[in-house]
Amino acid sequence: MPMLEVSDVHTYYGNIHALNGISISVEKGEIVTLIGGNGAGKTTTLRSIVGLLKPRQGHIVLDGEDLTQYKTHEIVNKGVAMVPEGRGIFARLTVTENLDMGAYSRKDQKGIQQDLDRVYTIFPRLKERRTQVGGTLSGGEQQMLAIGRALMTHPRLMLLDEPSMGLAPLLVESIFETIRSINKEGTTVLLVEQNALMALSIADRGYVVQTGRIVLQDKAAALRKNEMVRKAYLGEE
Amino acid sequence: MQQKTALHVHKPVGTYRYVQIILGVFFSAYLLWRLYVVLIAHPAYGPDTWLRFTIDGVVLGSVYALIAIGYTLVYGILFMINFAHGDVMMLGAFGGYFVFEALGAYKVSSSLSFLNAYPVISVILAFLAGMAVSSTAGYFLEKIAYRPLRGAPRLVPLISAVGASIFLENAAQLLFSTQRWDYTNPAVLNRGAGWNIHVGQGTVVVTYTGVLTIVVSVLIMIGLYLLVKRTRLGRAMRAVAENKSTAALMGVDVDGIISRTFIISGVLAGAAGVMWGIHLGLVYYYVGFIPGIKAFTAAVLGGIGSIPGAMLGGLFLGVVESLGPAVLGISFQLKDVIAFSILVLVLVFRPTGILGEVLSEEKV
Ligand SMILES: Nc1ncnc2c1ncn2[C@@H]1O[C@H](COP(=O)(O)OP(=O)(O)OP(=O)(O)O)[C@@H](O)[C@H]1O
Ligand SMILES: [Mg+2]
Repeated sequence: MPMLEVSDVHTYYGNIHALNGISISVEKGEIVTLIGGNGAGKTTTLRSIVGLLKPRQGHIVLDGEDLTQYKTHEIVNKGVAMVPEGRGIFARLTVTENLDMGAYSRKDQKGIQQDLDRVYTIFPRLKERRTQVGGTLSGGEQQMLAIGRALMTHPRLMLLDEPSMGLAPLLVESIFETIRSINKEGTTVLLVEQNALMALSIADRGYVVQTGRIVLQDKAAALRKNEMVRKAYLGEE
Repeated sequence: MQQKTALHVHKPVGTYRYVQIILGVFFSAYLLWRLYVVLIAHPAYGPDTWLRFTIDGVVLGSVYALIAIGYTLVYGILFMINFAHGDVMMLGAFGGYFVFEALGAYKVSSSLSFLNAYPVISVILAFLAGMAVSSTAGYFLEKIAYRPLRGAPRLVPLISAVGASIFLENAAQLLFSTQRWDYTNPAVLNRGAGWNIHVGQGTVVVTYTGVLTIVVSVLIMIGLYLLVKRTRLGRAMRAVAENKSTAALMGVDVDGIISRTFIISGVLAGAAGVMWGIHLGLVYYYVGFIPGIKAFTAAVLGGIGSIPGAMLGGLFLGVVESLGPAVLGISFQLKDVIAFSILVLVLVFRPTGILGEVLSEEKV
């Protein structure tokens, strides 16, 4: 049984039919990527999974439990973390306070401390900036904070929405390296990217989204060789 | 995502800017001239009177500040003006009133009521009752009048707020009639009683009720500051104010935090209501109206959404409306006009207020 099973989900913004029957599944321990162009419905899919949007139709099942009946904070407490598009850093909270927010519903002081140490080990830069408010961090530091903050919720499943957006190539590589190592340590990852090349290089499997539908799905390696993917998303002729 | 409203910044351009500057210069010059006239050329009052005005202003201002914080907390989280907030304060004032009445009627000996035998406990009970009533009212106000409208265009909850205000005033009128009720303080807190301070030729009475008001409101504001800055709830409130969906992604129950914000605003308004009763002495069904609008003015003046802004705005407004009539040489009955002129001036010339900030677009 997959860890996450999204089946035939339809989500609307008012009258706009943004997701037109999306189905994806993520196995425990995998990195799965969702690629697609602007406005394809990638963000909408993630927001539907965490309950920020309510699908009008379809099911989203996490380890056997239907998530569509729950509110966002309940879904997060079931072990789903999301690093939102644009990072969503609390600009007026310090780095430490941002990280503390990640641990908001946790009571296990020891576990929280361990995760905090882990975040500071992964991103030593954040430790240096501890007392600085989020709004004054650079784009890259904000992305580190967003990922660190998601780790503080101690998730089973981590959803990342375009973590490479606006970052220098070198930093993109290091962020993807981090995602890979987070996954190795046991967190399942669903990664949304426009940077298909990078995403497919670390993912096990991938889905291609177009206008609210899955048009293609395969092993990451196979997708990289796929004619249509190469043309549309890898910028090759 | 969020639409700009009248409370947002708009940059004055061209001639408008010059009109502003010219008006500002004229107004400042006029103020300076008035100050010269009343203080030096034809001193209208002695220093004792000026001191008395100032103290009165600080006392009133600290009440406005408590109420203003409620407007600002709610605005910071929901981007709406809770126009029923003054009425929430009124309910709290009645809560304290009935505690004093009950304790006044309860005799501990043949000639001594509980109220006068244990004034400290009585005052504490009155404050607790006022805060309990107002916070309950705030909680249900949000649940009934605002929560169902979450996600509706911003004007809609505003209309609901005005409706809720009318409802609460009418309900209070049914319950308490149109009579003005005398707040019976414990004897030691008699209105007008206080310490006499000699200033120049005269004496100034620093009233016990005034000092109580200032002390309690400062304590509450310190408590609020610690709550917002140091506690988990406070951190969550700040996170929700910045970005609701990201806060939810941290596992924060956003609706729960909104409820708590209304409860906290209610606690502050309830305390303000009891202070109003104890210091000024009369409560009635629309007693929250004027202080409500004044506190709204204070919140806008300080920059709505900013807690320190609400505190400063409240204090500033209290002092200005207390000194204003004397400085401008107009009738003291016009002090409300001063407050509302300030509201209009701020909304027109500096809608972000003194400590106001540009609200970020992604906040909603
Ligand atoms: N708040 C909204 N209101 C109305 N329509 C929206 C809203 N957000 C997204 N949409 C529409 O839903 C569709 C899917 O948008 P979505 O944000 O999921 O795309 P995306 O794949 O994440 O794109 P990008 O890579 O540009 O972030 C688009 O057609 C978009 O215009
Ligand atoms: Mg997107």
